[in-house]
Amino acid sequence: MLVSLDDLYNDHILDHFESPYHKGHCPGATCQHSDRNPICGDQLSLEVRLGDDQRIEEAWFDGKGCAISQAAASILCEAIEGKTLEQLKEFGARDMLDLIKVPLTASRQKCGLLGFKILKTMLYASEHQPAAEEMASSNAR
Amino acid sequence: MADLSDDATWRTIRAEFPILDQTLRTGKKLVYLDTAATAQKPNRVVDCIRQCYERDNSNVHRGIHELGDRMTTLLEDAREQVRELLGAREVEEIVFTSGTTMSLNLVAHGWGRKFLRAGDVVLLNEMEHHANLVPWYEAAKATGAEIRHIPLTTDGRLDMDQLDTVLDRQVKLVAVTAMSNVLGTINPVAELARRAHDVGALIAVDGAQSVPHGMTDVTRDQIDFLAFSGHKFYGPTGVGVLYGRRELLEAMDPFLFGGHMIREVTRDSATWADLPAKFEAGTGPFIQAAGLGAAIAYIKQIGMEPIMAYEHELARYAGERLAEVPELTILGPAWPDRGAIFSFVVEGVHPHDLSDLLDRQGVAIRAGHHCTMPLHDRLGLAASARASLAFYNNREEVDSLVEAILAARRVFRR
Repeated sequence: MLVSLDDLYNDHILDHFESPYHKGHCPGATCQHSDRNPICGDQLSLEVRLGDDQRIEEAWFDGKGCAISQAAASILCEAIEGKTLEQLKEFGARDMLDLIKVPLTASRQKCGLLGFKILKTMLYASEHQPAAEEMASSNAR
Repeated sequence: MADLSDDATWRTIRAEFPILDQTLRTGKKLVYLDTAATAQKPNRVVDCIRQCYERDNSNVHRGIHELGDRMTTLLEDAREQVRELLGAREVEEIVFTSGTTMSLNLVAHGWGRKFLRAGDVVLLNEMEHHANLVPWYEAAKATGAEIRHIPLTTDGRLDMDQLDTVLDRQVKLVAVTAMSNVLGTINPVAELARRAHDVGALIAVDGAQSVPHGMTDVTRDQIDFLAFSGHKFYGPTGVGVLYGRRELLEAMDPFLFGGHMIREVTRDSATWADLPAKFEAGTGPFIQAAGLGAAIAYIKQIGMEPIMAYEHELARYAGERLAEVPELTILGPAWPDRGAIFSFVVEGVHPHDLSDLLDRQGVAIRAGHHCTMPLHDRLGLAASARASLAFYNNREEVDSLVEAILAARRVFRR
């Protein structure tokens, strides 16, 4: 099998990397969480504003890292807006990798799933630890 | 002694590393430039290990039978090979461990936690690998000792002009790498040893990168402790070495307790075996140690001096070629004061993306912080890309690296 340079770094990834969707801070964020990939030092934070109907009104990310981790975070933010928390419970790693579209090797999946992992941790914390949620939301302000 | 500048000789030696001659999933030929992470193994080493498992395997220092004798002889011959390689006086000063990390932990635990006191200082620096930082942080925490750093120059050397500002009689140990795994900087360990001894301090040297690529002489250079890994010395994984001066090793406490390291065990106490067994609890990596012995014999046959000369010249070429790449910055000092390790950043291309794009062209490098987060923090970088060379690489492979970097840049400049 021959692999070309364009297989991974196609327009889909590079467009999101160069012109990311919602990179920066989320106005009126209600939840935020950040993490870093200890292997490569990439860091990413995710901020979302939940509506009264438990629907994600806006999702923003910020961070530094490789094209895959940053593009995937942009793709993630675009995909989860408008979704309810219930809908996001069904959203799995496989779905995230499908959204990225390009095949990732095991080592690059860590990059592609960094934002997804942060989202899942944030949602878990907000559901299971009300105190943590308050802390997270006060940090976001 | 081999003349590596002779192409036919070089090709014969290269052919001893069959792993280097392969085509990858991309259809590209492998260009292996990640020796600083782990070196490839010559046939001689692989054959030695296979023979041990097929013919000689038996636990060492135990069975009174032929296989036990054979395997013990192979292990102890390897220890003698290491002693000679390092220029140590006595074979009992050579302790087999699992690798550099284990060796440095052994010193930080067995010596550091026993002899450091509140107010003492361990002198480190920001170019050290985490394995020569974190064990000292923990030893300092346990004893109340303090950590200090030797300042670095902007081009990534120890600032020896400022050594006096940090090296005083409070310092009990200087822990330093002989060659940076990121910057390629070759540190003046003999001078550091002399200056440390002048104030009554010891020196512990991380030789993981230096021992496979340079001459080591712990006696001439008055090194107190030195650690290195087998797998970076063209040998097997799972084995490493701690050299320690006899009186220091004798004064230290064991790090691990159990079989083989004891002299006598009663119902509630034990006494320790003589060196080096005192630090070799449990069944050690004896076949790997035999493999390391084979690797040392192999390198000795080629000759460390021709290897150093060849790698030095290849490093000069690589430095020149990399400098041709627009917006590429090499970290660390300029040639000739460096080893054949090149960490670099390319403006606009994250090291992970660069490494991935190089992989697609067959070129294997490393990307990340290379276990040196304090150094990368100082450089203002989260990560860098690193190409590291050995005598089994050649100029064509350096050319492949440069072409692959140029192609990777084009992907991000659509």
